[in-house]
Amino acid sequence: MKELKLEVKSKIIEELNLGHLNVQDIHDNDPLFKEGLGLDSIDALELIVMLDKDYGIKLNDPTEAKKVFESIESLCSYINMNRLR
Amino acid sequence: MKKKQNIFHYCKIQNNSVLLNDKIIVSEDKSILFSEFSKMLYHQIKLNYPKFFKMDDLSKLALITSEYLLTDYFKKTKKPNDISIILSNKSSSLKTDKQFQKTIDNKDSYFPSPSLFVYTLPNISIGEICIKHKFMGENIFFISENFNSKLINEYASSIIKNKKNSIVLCGWVDFNEENFKAFMYIASNNYIYNITTNKIDKLFK
Amino acid sequence: MEKEKYSKIMNSIYLSSNNIISSLGFNTKENIEKIKMGISGIKLYNTFKHLNEYTAKVENKILNKKFSKIGANNNYTKLEKMMILSLNDTISKSPFPITKHTALIISTTKGNIDLLDLKNSKLDPERVYLTKLGEVIKKFFKFYNDPIIICNACVSGVLGITVAKKIIKNKNYKNAFVVAGDIVSNFTLSGFKSLQAISEKPCSPYSKDRNGISLGEAAASVAISSISNSKNIAEVIGEGESNDANHISGPSRDGEGLFKSIHKALKIASLTGNEIEYICAHGTATIYNDEMEAQAFNRLNMQHIPLNSLKGYFGHTLGAAGLLETIIASKSMNNNYLYKSYGFNKIGLTLPLNIIKKNQKKDFSIFLKTASGFGGSNVAILIKKYNN
Repeated sequence: MKELKLEVKSKIIEELNLGHLNVQDIHDNDPLFKEGLGLDSIDALELIVMLDKDYGIKLNDPTEAKKVFESIESLCSYINMNRLR
Repeated sequence: MKKKQNIFHYCKIQNNSVLLNDKIIVSEDKSILFSEFSKMLYHQIKLNYPKFFKMDDLSKLALITSEYLLTDYFKKTKKPNDISIILSNKSSSLKTDKQFQKTIDNKDSYFPSPSLFVYTLPNISIGEICIKHKFMGENIFFISENFNSKLINEYASSIIKNKKNSIVLCGWVDFNEENFKAFMYIASNNYIYNITTNKIDKLFK
Repeated sequence: MEKEKYSKIMNSIYLSSNNIISSLGFNTKENIEKIKMGISGIKLYNTFKHLNEYTAKVENKILNKKFSKIGANNNYTKLEKMMILSLNDTISKSPFPITKHTALIISTTKGNIDLLDLKNSKLDPERVYLTKLGEVIKKFFKFYNDPIIICNACVSGVLGITVAKKIIKNKNYKNAFVVAGDIVSNFTLSGFKSLQAISEKPCSPYSKDRNGISLGEAAASVAISSISNSKNIAEVIGEGESNDANHISGPSRDGEGLFKSIHKALKIASLTGNEIEYICAHGTATIYNDEMEAQAFNRLNMQHIPLNSLKGYFGHTLGAAGLLETIIASKSMNNNYLYKSYGFNKIGLTLPLNIIKKNQKKDFSIFLKTASGFGGSNVAILIKKYNN
């Protein structure tokens, strides 16, 4: 899980263009949206693409997505349980 | 007729240098790519606006150029409630279009990127400037082979004539493969009487 | 009293001859006939192999057949054929010829973007530049002046009209031909899908179960001048634009930009909201856009004015939308008819709007056309019935 968290953090920085941040700046339990990383609706859509492209997971339900994207912790647990790649 | 501000305010960014009102204020090695160069300018101007990093290159270029110009301009003039923006270029959002196209080209690896798609319109660059400053004036993005100072000046004059004390941010911001060029200036009530399109064309070159 | 009110509007411009090429027909008359019969051009297509979506497309066979009468099909892209065919009709019926005082205004969001697709590489890849598109059209009709090309998201079509007004009022030009167009491409379809903005069924503007847009393709054109003429179909008496300054791809929740645009237009026309008799709104059928419009119209106390979206008939035709819909609405006014808001079922907005549910006769002489687009753009124009 530790490796996955590191991997996901660096993917987020890369794919969401958070060029001003380093992996160490992202804490496992920080909120991803609104406060914390301050991601927005476009970032959420980009995360959905990332889940599909890199882990083979199709997340279509917006209510489920909200819970999954709460933090790095919730995101990685979800990937761990559902990944096809 | 009072002429409060006789100076023509403009900013030009090309060949990795920044020219602000006739002064070269940044000049970096021409071999540096835009991704690096734009980061340098971001820090130099102390932009402090994390959204910057999500933008495509066209919007980054537009925002930075406008920052240099407006920061300087508002040192001398009171910031108005509303600014209209007229920008133009030749390539539209082609650089970003091609990046987005790559995400859909391969049928077996088809993952269209939403964060790229939202930047596949050149007027988004205007939107980003408006969002940062809360400018709610008129906007328009024109496409032309070369900078059309006549069209833009006349359009700006039309906006200014209809609303006194109004300011229009005008210019050109283009990305052609790795070559970029930005040229922006302020059009206002006073300016209309002080500058000719010939002069603007000379500064653009 | 009437004369007094409108004396300020000596600066009006007039829309005259026009043409629409869309999924519903190859001239304005054909399009209106289909709308009258309650027919929509939105159908399920499997065009880009992996994309099976509801879109409204211009029939290729008929397009090519008609175009072959004026040009060689192999030398032009689909969009160019649509735009040239449309302009050809408009120019042939125009009350004025092309002179060196005539402007050519072109509105599009993505132009020939399908040329980026590897399979479509028969033509020079440089044609993807909008300047090249402009050159092709300029050359075809031998316009004297380089085209003014507007690329400003989904408000580009309406901006074609407001730009014509500005340049004619400024006496930079005597008159103008405006052509607006966009095609349905793998590029835009994929893009809107990635934003989860494409409806799984034909779009239902303002409805409770609405869930996104249906893309459409079209070209529309119009002749514009400041001269009174029997061919004039409408008078543009006011316009307003304002940026939301909120988000690059989503409208502001309170509709501030749209509110300001309409307010500006009313001021220029010296009208109050109550004097508007019909609203041809933007109505894309996304959750956010339609709700935003309800906010803006209610803030202006216009929720009782009969309103429709034409996107249920044509799909969202992007750069063409604003112009195409203004032409249809103008015809609607001249026919003393209101057309139903196609695709509407049960209202799904937090504030009321008076959605037109049935085609009906109505004698009216002023309508409001609005458009909103990515980048936070909002444009509103006020159109009056033309009285000779």
